[in-house]
This record gives sequence, C-alpha cells and structure tokens, in this order.
Amino acid sequence: MATVNQAQPVTTSHTTAKKRYDLTGYLFILPHLIVFTAFLGWPFFYGLYISLFNFDFLRPEFRPFVGLQNYINLLTPTSIQFDDFWRAMRNTGVFLLYSVPPLVILALLLAVLLNGKYRGRNFFRTVYFAPYALSPVVAAMVWRWMFEQGGLINTYQAQLGLPQTAWLGDMPWPWVAITVCTVWWTVGFNTVIFLTALQDIPYSLYEASSMDGANPVQQFISITLPMLRAVMIFVITTTMLASANLFAQPYIMTAGGPNRQTEPIMLRIYQEGIVQNRMGSSAAMSVLVAAILLLLTILNFRVLGRSED
Amino acid sequence: MASVATTATTARSRSATRFKPSKILLYIVLFLLTLFFLLPLVWMFATAFKPFQEVLQSNWLPRQPTWENFSGIFNDPSIPVARWLINSVGIAVVYTLLILAVDAMAGYAYARIDFPGRNIIFGLLLATLVMPGLMFLIPNYLTVSRLGWINEYQGVILPGIANVFGVFYLRQFFQSLPKELEEAARIDGASTWTVFSRVMLPLASGALATLGVLEFMRSWNDFLWPLLVLSERTRMTLPAGLATLQGQYTFDYGKLMAGATVTAVPVLIIFVFLQRYIVQSVAMTGLKG
Repeated sequence: MATVNQAQPVTTSHTTAKKRYDLTGYLFILPHLIVFTAFLGWPFFYGLYISLFNFDFLRPEFRPFVGLQNYINLLTPTSIQFDDFWRAMRNTGVFLLYSVPPLVILALLLAVLLNGKYRGRNFFRTVYFAPYALSPVVAAMVWRWMFEQGGLINTYQAQLGLPQTAWLGDMPWPWVAITVCTVWWTVGFNTVIFLTALQDIPYSLYEASSMDGANPVQQFISITLPMLRAVMIFVITTTMLASANLFAQPYIMTAGGPNRQTEPIMLRIYQEGIVQNRMGSSAAMSVLVAAILLLLTILNFRVLGRSED
Repeated sequence: MASVATTATTARSRSATRFKPSKILLYIVLFLLTLFFLLPLVWMFATAFKPFQEVLQSNWLPRQPTWENFSGIFNDPSIPVARWLINSVGIAVVYTLLILAVDAMAGYAYARIDFPGRNIIFGLLLATLVMPGLMFLIPNYLTVSRLGWINEYQGVILPGIANVFGVFYLRQFFQSLPKELEEAARIDGASTWTVFSRVMLPLASGALATLGVLEFMRSWNDFLWPLLVLSERTRMTLPAGLATLQGQYTFDYGKLMAGATVTAVPVLIIFVFLQRYIVQSVAMTGLKG
C-alpha cells in the first residue's frame, strides 16, 4: 500500500520537472557549446570571410574587400602565391605517396604479427606503440640526428665502406628521412586500430576454412582482409588526413628545404599567414585545401565502400 | 606406420611449446622490429649523456657519462627550459581537468537528458569531426589575438576544449550504462546534477581516465598551436621551446638530445604505467569509423 501512495507524488514531480529538465540539458552542454562555437563553429565562417579580404595582420587600417581575388591568385600562374602554393601542394602529394602505403600496410602486417598467441606478445605491442606517445618535435629531432651528416646512419655507412648520403640535403632522401620518422612515430597508432579489429573477427571462420584446407595466406586474403574492410577505409582516410597535415617533421628536420622541396602545404599556410602576415591569402589556401581533403574523404568512403556490395 | 605417426605427433606437440622453426623466425622478426622502434630512443638518451667530444662517435654507451648537456640547457638564461617544463605541466594539467569537466557534462546531457534541439546540436558537433583541422588555424589565430590572448596560457588551452572527440566518447559511454541506476536515484528525489555527479561520474571513472590520459598527452605533445600563440620565450611549452633550442644549438646534438629527453621522459613514464588506457582510447578512435 505504502508503495502505491508514494508512486503518486513521484509522477507529478516528474512532469513538473520536465520543463526544468529542458533548461538543465542546455546548462549541461553550455560550457562546451560556448567554446565549440567560438573555436570550431565561428572560425568555419570567419575563415571564409577573411579569405575575401586583403587581410594584413599588421595593417588593421587597410583591409580592402577583394572578393575572390585571393582564390584567383592561387590559380593564376603570374601571382606571387602561385608557384609556392602549387609546389607545396605537390610536395604534400608526394609525401602522401611516400607515407600512406607503409603506414597502412606495415600497420596491418604488424597487427597480424601481434595478434598471434606467443610469449612476450604484450611487450612487443608496448614497444611498437611507444613512439606514438612522443611529441612530433621529439620524433623529428631524434631522426634528424640519426640522418644528419655526422649522424649515426652516415657513421655506419662509412664503417661499411659505403659513400656518405646527404639524407637531409639531396632530393629525394629528405622525403625518405621524413617518411621513416613518420612511420616510426605513428605506425603503432594504426597497428592498435587494426589489432582491435582483428580481435573482433570470429575465430570460427578460421577454424572452418582450415578444415577446408586453406593455408594462412589464403585465410588472410579470403577472411582477414574482407572482414577488415570498414576499418581499412577508416585507417586509410585518417592516415591521408594526418599526412596532409604534415608540419613538425619538415619544420624540424629540413626547414622545408632544400629549395622548399620538402615544404608541405601546412608549412606554406603558416609561412603565408603567420610569417608574412598575408592572412586573407593564407585563409583562402586553407579553405581550398580543406575542400580538397573533404572531397578526398568522401571519395574514399564512396569508392572503397561501394565495392563491398 | 603407427609408430612413425606417434613420433611425429609427439615431436610436434613438444616443438609447439619449445622451438618450431617458424617460431624462431617470428621472434627474429619481432626482435628486429624492436630494435627499429627502440634504438632511436636509446640513441637519444646516449647522446644526451655524452660529453661534447664524444657526441659524434658511434659508441652506444657514453664512456664518460655526464649531466653537462642538461645543466647546459637548464642554466642558459636565453632558453628557459625549466620554465618551459613548468608551462607544459601547468597547461597540460589545466587543459585536461577542464576538458574532462566540460566533456563529461556535455557527454552526459547528449546521452541522457532530453531537450529540444539535442540531436541537431549534436549533429553539428559531429559534422566538425570530418572537417580538416587546418582550416581553423588562421581564423582561430585571429580570434585569439583579438581577445588579447597571444602569449597568454588561455590562448593555448581554450581552443583545444572545443574538440568534439571527448564529448562523443563520453556520450557513447553514458549511453552504455543501464538506465535503472539513474531511475533509482531519481525516485529517491535526486536532482539531475546529483544523479550526474554522485551516480554517473563515479561509474565513468575508467572512461574519464582513458580520455584524461589521451588529452594530457595531446596537450603535452602539441606543437603547431603553441608555436603560433606563445612567441615569447618565457611563455613557451617544451615542444615549441625545443624548436627554438634547435636554432640556438644547431649542431650541438648533446644539448638538443638533452632537451628532447626532458620532453620525452614524462610522457614515456606515463605511457609505461598507463598504456592500457592509451591503447583503449586509440581502439575507441577506430570504433568511431
């Protein structure tokens, strides 16, 4: 009886509180929403806006509206931005070609290797993932020192009687150095993602196919790879985006050199906007690159996702 | 025939626990990979503890180990490494606590409190996950400078709080908790805030720890944004400061590796002790896709 009596006031307080709950919800999200609006929502539109002005940070009194001129400059071979911008775009493209295949394929192989059952497995997992805990600045400085003229790799080359290599000075070696550094630093990240996905594949699939006489390589091709499709698309896409954001490694290891041949698009945007104060032009570059990356992301999911059916 | 078969099976079962050729090959590969991932770090430590005249030699153990590189960078008034260390710790701690508080509240609300517009707002948050981060760089720099936050710590800390990943992660977590827990507290007359802070938050301690470790390391290792916002030397964090250290001691790799060591050791310690949480959080990132 007592419980029934109690049920009555509970439901009424629940309905009156319903209005208050509405406000409560907003209060809970408010702190994040304010910061989100200021630094992720607003800058989306503000960036588009700035890109329409000749926006010199140091000359607040002179900021003429130039319409699409900043974008037109990026497409006009005679503008001062054209060469630098497209060289940087090409450099970023080159780095994608260098870095994405090893970051995806090596990560997958490492994940398969670490998915077995043997002693010390957790130790190896920890070691391979460890560099990811570091700042890219530390990774880049360590590898700059490895690849330096008097560094360890050239010292060993000399001891083996091999000629010296200007790893950070002669193209294309700086890309190799930057790629090795990047793979060392982040391949563990992709490995963990693949490993998690591998552990979700039901073991019964492998049992059934080995009873049918399939060998490990056949199993990898006919079971593992198809089961990893969704994760594969995710890893390829995030790796492409991460590689397109390359900044610290060339900043530290080569300063974009030699002759700006390792200057990626992020370093160019930084140079144009922050160092040379041409923020309108720099914002236009950002918008253009972001649009391309967004397109690539969508394309990835469309193309790689479609062949599933 | 039968005896051959038995010897074959016993041999196989024994070798499974001892040495199969394929297992030896496996360990050789694992060992070589270990060298690739560990040796650069060993080399960093070795160089940092070498005296100047030994730095260019290829010995892996310093013959005369010394602290002189560390005392060198810590005593150079033009490169306030001790100050960078304090800045890095302070910024990472404040950032992590703030983002945990803000994300826990928002994550809980998006998961469990019904209010008009909830799904629309959350959809807007998710939309930014696919937007390339570089397009926010220049406009945010202008916003921060207009607010007068260049060379101020809030200029480094606050923009990062906008990040959506933690909200998304904690929302998933709160959605996975059984509703009965809250309802029981509600019937006892608890307010939403009490339910959140007394019932839900304690249950989320594991998820909060995972997110906390990830965010702490993100803040500690961040380079580009602190480089933009903190140009004054005494205000810098370790990674941004390290980059200027390189300008100072271009080829003095003993000192450069000492600086790298100071930056690397705290996160490596955190990594060794809390790697379970870090691996979990990375695995979570994958589930997002």
